[in-house]
Amino acid sequence: MEKFEKLTSVAAPLPIANVDTDMIIPARYLKTIKRTGLGEGLFANMRFKEDGSDNEEFVLNQPAYKDARILVAGNNFGCGSSREHAPWALMDYGIKCVISTDFADIFYNNSFKNGMLLIKVGPEELDLLMDDAGRGANATVTVDLEAQEITGPDGGVIKFEIDSFKKHCLLNGLDDIGLTMEKEDKIASFEESHKAAQPWL
Amino acid sequence: MSAPKTLFDKIWDAHLIDESDDGTCLIFIDRHIVHEVTSPQAFEGLRTAGRKVRRPDLTLAVPDHNVPTSDRAAGIDDEESRIQVETLDKNCQDFGLRIFGMDDIRQGICHVIGPEQGFTLPGTTLICGDSHTATHGAFGSLSFGVGTSEVEHVLATQTMIQRKSKNMRVTVDGELPLGVTAKDMILAIIGEIGTAGGTGCVIEFAGEAIRSLSMEGRMTVCNMTIEGGARAGLIAPDETTFEYLKGRPMAPKGGAWEIAAGYWKTLKSDEGAKYDIEVTLKAEDIVPQVTWGTSPEDVVPITGAVPDPADESDEARRNKMERSLEYMGLEPGIAMRDVKIDRMFIGSCTNSRIEDLRAAAEVAQKAIDKGRKVADHVDAMVVPGSGLVKAQAEEEGLDRIFIDAGFDWREPGCSMCLAMNADKLTPGERCASTSNRNFEGRQGPGGRTHLVSPAMAAAAAIAGHLTDIRDLD
Ligand code: SF4
Repeated sequence: MEKFEKLTSVAAPLPIANVDTDMIIPARYLKTIKRTGLGEGLFANMRFKEDGSDNEEFVLNQPAYKDARILVAGNNFGCGSSREHAPWALMDYGIKCVISTDFADIFYNNSFKNGMLLIKVGPEELDLLMDDAGRGANATVTVDLEAQEITGPDGGVIKFEIDSFKKHCLLNGLDDIGLTMEKEDKIASFEESHKAAQPWL
Repeated sequence: MSAPKTLFDKIWDAHLIDESDDGTCLIFIDRHIVHEVTSPQAFEGLRTAGRKVRRPDLTLAVPDHNVPTSDRAAGIDDEESRIQVETLDKNCQDFGLRIFGMDDIRQGICHVIGPEQGFTLPGTTLICGDSHTATHGAFGSLSFGVGTSEVEHVLATQTMIQRKSKNMRVTVDGELPLGVTAKDMILAIIGEIGTAGGTGCVIEFAGEAIRSLSMEGRMTVCNMTIEGGARAGLIAPDETTFEYLKGRPMAPKGGAWEIAAGYWKTLKSDEGAKYDIEVTLKAEDIVPQVTWGTSPEDVVPITGAVPDPADESDEARRNKMERSLEYMGLEPGIAMRDVKIDRMFIGSCTNSRIEDLRAAAEVAQKAIDKGRKVADHVDAMVVPGSGLVKAQAEEEGLDRIFIDAGFDWREPGCSMCLAMNADKLTPGERCASTSNRNFEGRQGPGGRTHLVSPAMAAAAAIAGHLTDIRDLD
């Protein structure tokens, strides 16, 4: 997994609540057996018109946001299906960080496992960041994971909270499975006592 | 004496392998169901790292999301879908996993076949790479929907890394009125708590109205827990649960059954157990529900009307409503009963079990008796949840009733719940659907979904518009 330490980029505003994973990547793009290339289908129903051409109104199609690596989104981002294709699509497109007031649980977990940082902020802070993001190409935002800080275009700093284990894994690009396998002894002994307690399983 | 525990606490504690100082836990997973869409990248990951599946005996695979619901003999037309299904076959062969292939009568939607086979058992932990895994909570199985990385993690280690969720209880007291179903109950609950109401929680469903539900009804309720944002749903196992499970192919037999059942009876929340959030509803207040918007919380009684965004004081919420109404092509104030439909879908892991089909067939039979059929302008399809559900329905003659009343009778699979196979809405088409998500484009780009119960869906197909099932008699 790629490390996440610090990121400076234009932030794109997506002021819609309950952006679901069907919106992030519609089901017709899930027929792949790979993790890559999904950026093509990112926000497809909003990003493209019915004839397949770009919908100029959609934020990521506007010239100011072409290189946005950060998304500032409405509450409960990533609800719905468990498809990990949602963070894969965001990452493949180039979005490495999403800021919102809250995220759906499964999407939250999936994102961190792919090296993407999700930041939860308070409603007022989100309003502020949404305004900043609305200023377009001249307004860059810096996210510093180690310091747990977002620095706005005018130098204002917002502190954020994050689970220490998730932070550790992201900063060091650690793969969960490897970490868990180091606990093989504990797993094996649990397995034995569990089998004794519930032999029918 | 130790502090009183909730059902969730008990199952959690019985599976806890390790807990770090920061609260990150490692828990053991007893059951894993794998399907074709969210697993290929996980198997690829195992291969790249040279890892094996740790416990093939605890893993069951089935293709469901992508399979055609028309004639199977012809195979799968769509190349990408076919590759996914073939990849699952191959992965199961390579890693030594059990699979119910496309031609196996036991094939069906992952959340239908688990319980049907007795693979899902009380007190277990279960995961599947699908958000509706919460369904299995109906058996008192702590069941999580996960993404592909976690599928890979469980395949490799049979464990999952997680922090413990909060305890939430939703109690539904009293008795459901006639014509009101489990689907209406869960839609009403989501309408009450909102799509993020359960975030960070495991919801235990309790109360008289929940206890009186059949296993099918309980599965419908738990299935949509995720639509309320919760991590999982749970219902304490009882005689209804045991009766359903006894004799199922993968359930314990003989002496083992007795021992297991003895343990399962202890799986209920202790008196005085603490919940972080409590919500109570009265069953008597629930009427048949229907969604008007693009989120499952956008729900109103069928007797109601499309709400007016102008009445909403919260700006973000108002914008969301306006956006939904525009997408749905609806004006504020229209009576829900006047909303005309083009398509009807009975199916999905929410409502495709035998009891759901019986309820819909009953409506279809009534229509036939009155010399009526599916309205001319409506295309209606019924997709059973598994090969075994289909066989049973055919044994009971339900297929004949559906066909005679003008419904299309199909092969099992996810079908138009997510429109990955050929079954989908075209832009602007409006559908009464028994599935679980009315998101934009969920049933096909531009498609408009109204979530309802199976009986309500059948009634709408016949009337040609959304209709109150209680008006039918
Ligand atoms: S029926 Fe729908 S919700 Fe259920 S598993 Fe299939 S796609 Fe998911």
